[in-house]
Amino acid sequence: MEIRKIQELLGAEVLCGEELLGNEVSSACCSDMMSDVLAYVKDQGVLLTGLLNSQVIRTADMMDMVCVVFVRNKMPTEEIVTLAKDCGIVVMRSELRAFEAAGVLYHAGLGRKNDDG
Amino acid sequence: MAEPIHFHFDVDGQDFSTAGEASVVVKKKLRQLGYPPEAIRKVSIAMYEGEINMVIHGGGGEADIDVDEKEIKIVLTDHGPGIADVEQAMQAGFSTARDNIRALGFGAGMGLPNMKKYSDSMKIDTEVGKGTTVTMTINI
Ligand SMILES: Nc1ncnc2c1ncn2[C@@H]1O[C@H](COP(=O)(O)OP(=O)(O)O)[C@@H](O)[C@H]1O
Ligand SMILES: [Mg+2]
Repeated sequence: MEIRKIQELLGAEVLCGEELLGNEVSSACCSDMMSDVLAYVKDQGVLLTGLLNSQVIRTADMMDMVCVVFVRNKMPTEEIVTLAKDCGIVVMRSELRAFEAAGVLYHAGLGRKNDDG
Repeated sequence: MAEPIHFHFDVDGQDFSTAGEASVVVKKKLRQLGYPPEAIRKVSIAMYEGEINMVIHGGGGEADIDVDEKEIKIVLTDHGPGIADVEQAMQAGFSTARDNIRALGFGAGMGLPNMKKYSDSMKIDTEVGKGTTVTMTINI
């Protein structure tokens, strides 16, 4: 699925990485525990989180994730967005809660075997 | 990937917002140098977990990384409280992190097991009241 489609599905506002919206991702992970992301993420390209700090971006970078979605309308600081830009990570924010955002993406086929999105 | 390279970082133990900075720099460098993605992935996870530990448990310290065409060696030294029972600390899920650390997204007790998993060798030298040095190597 193109990152652009994720943005559309979540009605999200893109805060950086516009030029990367055409990139493909096949799965996502939803967590506020970066420890768990580090321990369990394999090839999920997208991180949905309600946690708001620089370690969200650094953790995503370490795990080769390409897109971070801040849920519940959280607004990352300038510092967080700059760091993401530096790491080549798309950052967006959505009004949806984590559970809803994950549900919408899953329903649309992200992270399921026959992802034809 | 020609001559050996050394990186040195002072890891600030007071300012959590900078925790992980050194690992981001090392990852970027290894990418530029053209190291294989699997090796970079292992270095990234192992070093980042170790760097976070230095900040949340060890009060900061120094990170030294040596890179050559055969292996990447990561040495993380702090002057914190040390680890009284290393065997217990190595167990998956064991953590002494408090709620304030969990609120920052860390403290699941998976750091040391993860560092062991992603490095090809790992050694912990620690003394209670003196500090901890973790040495990890990743083969290329
Ligand atoms: N550098 C360190 N200095 C002192 N204690 C440490 C250090 N690294 C790890 N520990 C101890 O080992 C425990 C387990 O570490 P880890 O597996 O990384 O889990 P976590 O960091 O989530 O607590 C920590 O909770 C802490 O008690
Ligand atoms: Mg840890």
